[in-house]
Amino acid sequence: MPNTQFRIWRGERGNGGFRDYTTEVTEGMVVLDAMHQIQAEHANDMAIRWNCKAGKCGSCSAEINGSPRLMCMTRMDELPTDKPITVEPMRAFPHVRDLVTDVSWNFEVKKKIRKFRPRTPDAPDGTWRMQQVDVDRVQEFRKCIECFLCQDVCHVLRDHHKHDEFIGPRFFVYSAALEMHPLDTEDRLADLKEDQAIGYCNITKCCTKVCPEHITITDNAIIPLKERVVDEFYDPVVKLVRLFRGKSAKGTRG
Amino acid sequence: MEPRGFGETLRRDAWWVPNVFIVTILTSFLVYATWAAFQNAHYTHGPYLSPFYSPELWGDSPHAWFGPKPGWWPVWLPFSPALIILPIPALFRFTCYYYRGSYYKAFWADPPGCAVGEPRRSYLGERYFPLVLQNVHRYGLLLAFIFLIFLWHDAWKGFWFATPGGQTTFGIGVGSIVLVANVVLLTGYTIGCHSMRHVVGGMLNRISGSPVRKLAYDCSSVCNRSHMNWAWASLFSVALTDVYVRLCSMGVITDLRIL
Ligand code: SF4
Ligand code: SF4
Ligand code: FES
Repeated sequence: MPNTQFRIWRGERGNGGFRDYTTEVTEGMVVLDAMHQIQAEHANDMAIRWNCKAGKCGSCSAEINGSPRLMCMTRMDELPTDKPITVEPMRAFPHVRDLVTDVSWNFEVKKKIRKFRPRTPDAPDGTWRMQQVDVDRVQEFRKCIECFLCQDVCHVLRDHHKHDEFIGPRFFVYSAALEMHPLDTEDRLADLKEDQAIGYCNITKCCTKVCPEHITITDNAIIPLKERVVDEFYDPVVKLVRLFRGKSAKGTRG
Repeated sequence: MEPRGFGETLRRDAWWVPNVFIVTILTSFLVYATWAAFQNAHYTHGPYLSPFYSPELWGDSPHAWFGPKPGWWPVWLPFSPALIILPIPALFRFTCYYYRGSYYKAFWADPPGCAVGEPRRSYLGERYFPLVLQNVHRYGLLLAFIFLIFLWHDAWKGFWFATPGGQTTFGIGVGSIVLVANVVLLTGYTIGCHSMRHVVGGMLNRISGSPVRKLAYDCSSVCNRSHMNWAWASLFSVALTDVYVRLCSMGVITDLRIL
């Protein structure tokens, strides 16, 4: 693919449009390399955010041929070149310039999630004892690199703009990591149901499909949390059982 | 940025293909199952009973538990044993987390595809009525489990053939294998259910203290990983098992005896 055509979104604060560029693509290049080459050859003022170029910092999120992806992990040889390759900023967040969006909303959301509150230490030296099998499940969630591609693709944010009510898949993953942790004693279920609106998620799995860390967001984080919310707020039988057992919600979850 | 209009996207793959598949298969299944349920005929063949009619509580076949059509059945409603039981597996499938995600996409375009524009701007999700009722899925699971027991029983009965002397003898027909394959697929689908996974161990944060539940959780998780495949395979198998029993019963095909 020597000369490859790109259609890149250029503009500021949402105003602008696509512009076409052509650059030479060589073996082993990823989309981020091509963007840098275009920046060097034709568009010195083009804004792009990136850091690690290794799929670990989550900075270079964009939409390539319409799908949210990391530019640094999208190999050029996997993209069809019969038509120009489109590169545009994430649509679910306020636009800053060219390919850069303002993702700070995510960090504000994170601050509102109840923090990890461990039980009293198991040993006099202030340490805890845990079994590996009990943390296996939450370890998957720790792989998140906060690229926010899942937030970008989720239609509740992307199309319905429920940013004030809905925390999005990234923060369900984060909540699941805390909520399922064997040492944690905090109860986040009322928040998840009310202020964080997990009920808006309609399990369409777009978040899982775009996650570059292959976290099974929907099946392993969101649905298990939904089931816990059902236990707590919708299921009369569970309520009755708890009444007889006299256990708190968190208590029954061990 | 301005939201995209219905179906608008820069995706270049055929994102609509799964929707066409889902709409076609689910609609065909619904039409066929409704037709088969109202038939009230050709649902048994020797020891075989169609899964659409199992358990046959009331009916005219020797598989019926409590005799023929009950007196309280409304006169205006055509009678069929399938009409009594089919709503239960339908409830289980309708509220299944996998099917929910796919039919919201395929039938309601909510969204039509990932990163594809939607037809409407308002959105309530599963927060409010009617979709909040999807939370009854765990009750659907409980009932589906009871049904599974009957279907395993039917599969076992499918190995016992009547002899001319009025006795039963063990044998294997193609139909016996069809019934077993069907119930195996339905079991895999049910075990991998998300509510099942939650009940057996997902609700615990410290599962190390309950080795039996850990084992059950691991089994459920294995099936859960391919829940979508189990869902489709078992849907096809239920319909094909009914077709097989029906064609045998109508004399269109002969049930070959292997043993
Ligand atoms: S599964 Fe839920 S959270 Fe994930 S993209 Fe779909 S609606 Fe959003
Ligand atoms: S869950 Fe996956 S897609 Fe979402 S922010 Fe984390 S790494 Fe990115
Ligand atoms: S540059 Fe760090 S993830 Fe792409």
